[in-house]
Amino acid sequence: MDTIFNILLNDSIFKAFLNDYYIQVLTMLGIYLIGSLGLNLITGVTGQLSFGHAAFLSIGAYASAITSLKLGMPFPIAILAGGVMASIWGILLGFPTLRLSGDYLGIATLGFGEIVRVVFLNLSITGGALGMAGIPRNSSLTLVIFVVFFTIWAMYRLENSRFGRALVAIREDEIAAEAMGVNITNSKIVAFALGTFFAGVSGGLYAHLLTYLNPSDFGFLKSFEFLTFVVLGGLGSIPGVILGTSILTLAPEFLRFIADYRMMVYGLLMVFMMIVRPRGLLGGVRLSRVFKKKLSQRDKASATGAN
Amino acid sequence: MLGQQLLNGLTLGATYALIALGYTMVYGIIQLINFAHGEIYMVGAFVGVLMVTVFKQGLVVSLVAAMLTCMIIGVSIERIAYRPLRGSTRLSPLISAIGVSIFLQTLMTKVQGPQPVGFPHVIEDAIYKFGSLEITKVQILILVVASLLMAGLTFIVKYVKIGKAMRAASEDYDAASLMGINVNRVISFTFAIGSSLAAAGGVLVGIYFNSVSPLMGVSAGLKAFCAAVLGGIGSIPGAMLGGIFLGVAETLGIAGGFDLYKDAIAFTLLIVVLLFRPTGLLGRPIQRKV
Repeated sequence: MDTIFNILLNDSIFKAFLNDYYIQVLTMLGIYLIGSLGLNLITGVTGQLSFGHAAFLSIGAYASAITSLKLGMPFPIAILAGGVMASIWGILLGFPTLRLSGDYLGIATLGFGEIVRVVFLNLSITGGALGMAGIPRNSSLTLVIFVVFFTIWAMYRLENSRFGRALVAIREDEIAAEAMGVNITNSKIVAFALGTFFAGVSGGLYAHLLTYLNPSDFGFLKSFEFLTFVVLGGLGSIPGVILGTSILTLAPEFLRFIADYRMMVYGLLMVFMMIVRPRGLLGGVRLSRVFKKKLSQRDKASATGAN
Repeated sequence: MLGQQLLNGLTLGATYALIALGYTMVYGIIQLINFAHGEIYMVGAFVGVLMVTVFKQGLVVSLVAAMLTCMIIGVSIERIAYRPLRGSTRLSPLISAIGVSIFLQTLMTKVQGPQPVGFPHVIEDAIYKFGSLEITKVQILILVVASLLMAGLTFIVKYVKIGKAMRAASEDYDAASLMGINVNRVISFTFAIGSSLAAAGGVLVGIYFNSVSPLMGVSAGLKAFCAAVLGGIGSIPGAMLGGIFLGVAETLGIAGGFDLYKDAIAFTLLIVVLLFRPTGLLGRPIQRKV
């Protein structure tokens, strides 16, 4: 067991051809990917608007930081604790609010996000406004890549299951889904619990990468950032979410050369990309179908060529 | 003591209400949560500061200039960032709005620097006493200006042709356009009015708290949005009521010893109200149609 962890926590393979800065950026990208895939399950697949995703990240981050720092638990347990804690709060929030429809749910999650931030700002165990420092730096790129692949696999399995199809049915038409016997409230809550679990795991990895947490890092802007990752890539499309998250996480890094104008360009980029591709970069595109279409076209071309 | 707190809350609430009106009117017609609205309020406050310090204008001219500038900005934002996305999914204009909000925020941070600026002295610090109640001249100004603007808005919406068109469009967008209402013009007009009210709110808050900063739009915008939802989003009297309700609740909360949790009061209230009245205090119930 220990040797497996040692391999996962060791970045020496990557260090051979990447410098520390790239490793840090890529690890961060992986952590964001886990979080945005979680949000994709809630917003993209099930169609429930969530403006408070960063709050679940922060719950996971603080929970795992407290588990490893104050309780002295090993790193994997701390990450799991983060996920479970975020999931519990997801369910607690989900029970009353998932009955709200559409935008009102989004608004309630927005409110929840701000409440969580203010609470963390005032709790003594989280260090309040000073933040929480000295968290062991355990998250490695290898481990994060492993978790990302696990998340992608889990999401694919989930989407193609009976439950996943029920979620898509809820997104497409709640009333029709209900009439077909889908238990709407239960399915939504389970989707919420799973989505927030991944947010919590992502938060736990985040805490153990940066070693320092501050409530102001998880404001509503962070929640919107996640929503943007998902919408810009293409709601409900896993490759889309991966693409969207990658572009928007790496864009500020690439834009560093324009220094102060970076975030201005970033904002304009968001508007521009939305206008050019209103349904997201890969929205409504199924990669497997595109691929099959290409193949059949090639078959047709070769068939006609033979005549 | 309680009366004094109520008065302070009313003043704060009046400014929330001014911003909330923009959210609610836009949402009523195109169901868009205009997240750039808080930034327009912030830009309005800066235009006010600029008019007083650089152009040496008085209060009234500065206020009107801020309102006009933001009117233009608001309409242009709608033209550039939201109109091309009409008819696409609900989330895409939302993301576009967030993009605009980030842009305006960082632009002002670049131009003005991240530090808050004090609002120059445009009104004397007189305090009037009515029994145990104390009211400052600034508070009177805020209450008077806010009431005048809201009365003007109510008049426009009730009796003027374009206002009636606004109500028609918010009642049923498609039917309104079938009846020959130029819906695009109505939407532009809605953005113009909403943005100018937010700008007025920005100038008034700048004077009241004597501080204007590029980040002031974030929390004020969120709270005003809360106010709009509390009152029932889409409803104009609802936004006024929600704003005042929120202002009073927040002031009483601070007076009651919850000052550390000041920013959470609005949102807690919001969630509680939504649980019992899912469409806000004055909102119409949502009908589910098959």
